[in-house]
Amino acid sequence: MAAVTMRLPAVRAPLSSGAPRGGEKHLVAPGDTITTDTGYMRGHGTYVEDDKLIASVAGVVEKVNKLVCVRALKARYNGEIGDIVVGRITEVQQKRWKVETNSRLDSVLLLSSINLPGGELRRKSAEDELAMRDYLQEGDLISAEVQSIFSDGAVSLHTRSLKYGKLAQGVLVQVSPSLVKRQKTHFHDLPCGASVILGNNGFIWIYPTAEQKEDEAGGYTTNLEPVPLSDREVISRLRNCIVALVTHKMMLFDTSILYCYEASLPHQIKDILKPEVTEEIVLEARQRLLDSEG
Amino acid sequence: EDLRVDGRGCEDYRCAEVETDVVSNTSGSARVKLGETDILVGIKAEMGTPKLEKPDEGYLEFFVDCSSNSPELEGRGGEELGTDIANTLYRVFSCENSVDLKSLCINPKEHCWVLYVDVLLLECGGNIFDAISIAVKAALFNTRIPKVRVLEDEEGTKEIELSDDPYDCIRLNVDEVPCIVTLSKIGYRHVVDATLQEEACSLASLLISVTSKGAITSMKKVGKGSLDPESIFEMMETGQRVGKSLHIALQKLLDEEESSGTSRPKVGFLG
Repeated sequence: MAAVTMRLPAVRAPLSSGAPRGGEKHLVAPGDTITTDTGYMRGHGTYVEDDKLIASVAGVVEKVNKLVCVRALKARYNGEIGDIVVGRITEVQQKRWKVETNSRLDSVLLLSSINLPGGELRRKSAEDELAMRDYLQEGDLISAEVQSIFSDGAVSLHTRSLKYGKLAQGVLVQVSPSLVKRQKTHFHDLPCGASVILGNNGFIWIYPTAEQKEDEAGGYTTNLEPVPLSDREVISRLRNCIVALVTHKMMLFDTSILYCYEASLPHQIKDILKPEVTEEIVLEARQRLLDSEG
Repeated sequence: EDLRVDGRGCEDYRCAEVETDVVSNTSGSARVKLGETDILVGIKAEMGTPKLEKPDEGYLEFFVDCSSNSPELEGRGGEELGTDIANTLYRVFSCENSVDLKSLCINPKEHCWVLYVDVLLLECGGNIFDAISIAVKAALFNTRIPKVRVLEDEEGTKEIELSDDPYDCIRLNVDEVPCIVTLSKIGYRHVVDATLQEEACSLASLLISVTSKGAITSMKKVGKGSLDPESIFEMMETGQRVGKSLHIALQKLLDEEESSGTSRPKVGFLG
C-alpha cells in the first residue's frame, strides 16, 4: 500500500552541541576579523585589509606558531599522501584514467600504478594501453590510495594492493570531506553485517561483507549476483544513519556510525529520515560517544 | 522485494511539508518541500478579457521559473525545462472540470478573472512534477479572489466595483484539481517519487495526472527508453492508487491548516 505522509513545517531549533572538549574553537565567517596583530603570516583562507587579518571563508582558525590560516568547513577535497579515496572514472586517456574525487581537479590514475587482474607484476606494454578499457571503464567506481600530488594540486592515485580496485555492488553516499575523521584504517567490517569504506574525499561506500576472502584477482572481478534482502536492509539502514549524522554535522568514523545504527534499530528504515527521528538517534549516538570517551 | 536504497517501498513518498499563504502580496501561495525538492507557487488574480472561444469562462496561465536552481540553469538555460513543465501543467489542467472556470467570469465576453500561476523551483531533488502539482493544488485552495459587482450607468458604460471588505472573497473548489504522479521504470519494477539518483537510473517515466476520485485526466511519457504496453497498464493502476492516497493526505493537511487559522506560527519560504 502506498504511504504518503504530509505535515505542516515547524521551525526546528538546532541541536545544542555537547560541552566543548579541548578548548573553544575559534569559528569565523567571511569578513570576520581574526586578529589585528600584524606579527602574523597569513595562510589560506585569509586576506589583509587595513592592517587587519580578515577571514575569506567560513571555518575554523588554525594557528601554527606565526602562521594563521582558516580551514573551511565545506570545501573540496585536498589530497594528502596516504589518503584512501573512492572515486568514479570519468575519462580513459592514453596511459591513464581520470578519476572524479570531489576535488578541484580530476585525480589521475596512471596505468603504471594499477594492479593487473591476476596479480601479475610486469611492465605495461602497448597492448595493455589498448586494453585499458577492459580493466576500468567510464562510470566505474574504484577505491585507491593517494600516491603523490602534482604541483597544480591534482592528485595521483594508485591501486597497488589487493584491497583496492574496482567496487562491485553497494551504495555510495556523498558527504563533505571535512566530516570524515582521519583514522588508521578506512576499511571497516561492521558487526551488523555490512562493510564500509570511508573515503577521505567524502565518498562513502557501503557494501555487503564478502563471504570468503577472495584470493584471485587484483580486485577486478565484479560480483553481480543479486544481494539478499537482509543485507540490503542493513545497507539501507546504514545509509540513512550516515545521512542523519551528516545533517547534524557529526564526524563520521566507524564507532559513530555503529552507535547511530544501534540507536536506529527500533525505528523502521524509512522513518530514520524524518526530522524528529533523526534528532533522536543522533542525540543518542552522541551521548554514547561522550560516555565512552570520558 | 519492496526495498529501495533509502528504505522506502516502491509506492512510498518521501515525507512532504506543505504550507500555504507564505507570500503576502499574492492572491494565494503555497510552498512544498518533498525531501530535497523545494517548490514555491504564487497565484495572482487579475482582470482580463475572456478568450474568444470561451466567452463566459476565466482561464489559468502558468509560468515556471527554474533559474535559482544551479548555475547551468541561470538566465536562458532554465527556459527549456521551464517551458516543458509549463506545457505539462497546461495539459493537465486542460480537462473541462478540473477548475470551475465559469465562476471566474464577471461579465460574459467582457471581463473575467485570469489566474496567473507562477511556479518557482527553489531546489531540485528529484520528482519535481509531483511536488509542483501538489503546490499548485494547495495554492489554488488558498487563493482568495475578491468579489466584484458590475454597475451599469444610464449611458450603458459598465463600472466594476470592488467590495470594501477585504475578507469578502470567493474561494475555488479544488476537489477536481488533479495531481501528477510520476512513475519511473527502473529495471523491471516501477517506483513512485524517485530521488535524483533513481531518476538517473531510470530510462523511462510515465506522468499521470489523477483526480481525488481516481480519474486519470492526462498521461505523458518522458525519457528515452521504451515502455511495454503491459507495464503501462500496471503503472496506470499504481498511479491511480497512489494518486488517491496523495489527495486524501493533502486535503487532510489543508483542512488542518485552515482550521488552525492564525494561531500557528508561519515558517515561510526562508525557513
